[in-house]
Amino acid sequence: MKTIALSWRYLVSRPLAAGLNLLLLSLGLAAITFVLLTRAQIDRAFERDLAGIDAVVGAKGSPMQLILAGVFHLDVPPGNIPLTAVQALARDPRVAQLIPLSLGDSFQGFRIVGTTPDYLRHYGAQLAQGQPWQAPMEVVLGAQVAQATGLQPGRAFAGAHGLGGGGATHAAHPYRVVGVLAPCNCVLDRLVLTATESVWAVHEVAHGKADAHDDHEDAQREITLALIQYRSPLAAVSFPRFVNSMTNLQAAAPALEITRLLRMVGVGADVLRGFGAVLLLTAALSVFIALWNAVRERRADLALLRMLGASPARLAGLLLCEALWLAVLASVLGLLVGHGLTGLLGYLLQAEQSLPLTGWLWLGVEAWVPALALGVAVLAALLPALSAYRVEAGQLLSSRA
Amino acid sequence: MIATHGLEYRYPGGALLAFPDVNVSQGGVLLLRGRSGVGKSTWLSLAAGLRSPSGGELVVAGQSLAALSAVQRDAWRARHIGFLPQQLHLSEALTVAGNLGLAYFAAGLPEDRAAIQRALAALGVAELAARKPRQLSGGQAQRVALARAVLLQPKVILADEPTASLDDDAARDALALLQAAAQQAGATLVIATHDARVRQALPAATVLDLDAQNEPQALSNMRKKL
Repeated sequence: MKTIALSWRYLVSRPLAAGLNLLLLSLGLAAITFVLLTRAQIDRAFERDLAGIDAVVGAKGSPMQLILAGVFHLDVPPGNIPLTAVQALARDPRVAQLIPLSLGDSFQGFRIVGTTPDYLRHYGAQLAQGQPWQAPMEVVLGAQVAQATGLQPGRAFAGAHGLGGGGATHAAHPYRVVGVLAPCNCVLDRLVLTATESVWAVHEVAHGKADAHDDHEDAQREITLALIQYRSPLAAVSFPRFVNSMTNLQAAAPALEITRLLRMVGVGADVLRGFGAVLLLTAALSVFIALWNAVRERRADLALLRMLGASPARLAGLLLCEALWLAVLASVLGLLVGHGLTGLLGYLLQAEQSLPLTGWLWLGVEAWVPALALGVAVLAALLPALSAYRVEAGQLLSSRA
Repeated sequence: MIATHGLEYRYPGGALLAFPDVNVSQGGVLLLRGRSGVGKSTWLSLAAGLRSPSGGELVVAGQSLAALSAVQRDAWRARHIGFLPQQLHLSEALTVAGNLGLAYFAAGLPEDRAAIQRALAALGVAELAARKPRQLSGGQAQRVALARAVLLQPKVILADEPTASLDDDAARDALALLQAAAQQAGATLVIATHDARVRQALPAATVLDLDAQNEPQALSNMRKKL
């Protein structure tokens, strides 16, 4: 009989112990898979959303808040800034590109962002349907927004005041959908995009200001923040310092803040990874004890195999194979559960329009999960296999038990 | 056949067992008699190549065991020795047929299901092939263990106390069965026993009486146990 088939028979002959070991091993591996997947996707999402943004300029306040609000659209912005000040910065020779963003309203929890077409070009967004906005009050929907709200080009809706949803609606100033973006796996997926002028139109009229659009108005007009790309990396040294000390604005470097953030989030990931490691260690111990007991319980079986002419190596191989069965099964289960958990978390976060996470992603580093399982199993089987190697068949003869 | 000359075995502890010379032709029957502790088990494990003698010569089935390496001895044992342990040692993890399959696994041979069925049928237990050992009666279990012992047509069958804890009728049946199985395989039969009934049932057998030879050893062992 083949070693593989025979070791399987022995494994299933003790279903309780085998099941427990499988559970422990799988949980450990699932925790590690989960950490790998979420960490990689968060890193990737941050990287994608951050690409090409050297600085964010906004009102004075927490730089982290500015980045989270301006780049990832997770936090509320610190406040508004005068349009004239932003226009002055745009003329600065160190600035290659400046994208203004105006926040304040939302639709069913999705933020309505007033900006310029540069914002779409920056993320390389493609239109799936319709066309970009040509005039104020025309909007383009991110892929996730279109899917969640079911809005199509040609339909109209009214924005709600505030970013959280549930505020008073600007019913008098409906937006008209003219286009839907293709999924870009970036922050645009969960935004409603329109011209900066739309936001002014809604709020100035709503708040009783004149409808006139002459240049004098620009002096009082505001935007929320601006994304800036430098002309040369050298600007990173002087530009933020200039903005922070010489103007009433604040400049924050996303790379810096995100490093800080990931360090904080990283503690959580480390805790989870440590938890996974403890689970794995427990599993290794449990597999070890199970195999050790198996050797003791089956001493007679093993000795009999020696009697029947099996070499010690064959016995050791039998035990090793039993551990490898566990490892293979646990790898499959662990990976499945890890992906399932990530998918579940992604589903929950999607409901909150937060970070995009999916369980349908396979990473190269996941190859380490089965490798880890095999390593743990071999390690746990080593001592029992060695003791099987030493089983003295002669004692079977003298045993009178 | 089995032939020994000046066979000795020294335990790691230092105690020395010396065995009388014996010569049994192929197909013969050898009775290994003596109380427990006099070295019956040791003699069996020497004959099976599980232990190496510290002195003397041992030829089993035409093979001098001293000439074989440990790995070769394992392979040799698989092909030429059939073994019927006292406790039978049928694995509960496997069916009856699976237990017989272990002989093929141990020998590193492909499993021959037809041969397993034939061996079980020859002992009248073919219908038990799919059962687990715990579902067998004592007599059925012994037949299954015997089927396993003769499965690979060994040249020597070693039986350890095959009649212990059996009543007279059962003991007679067991011995008849053992003898028939050995004859069918053309194997030399070695029975280690302290049961006087075995001697009576097999008057033609060669007897190796260990009581006389290792009396002092047995006594010292007993004293140790006490």
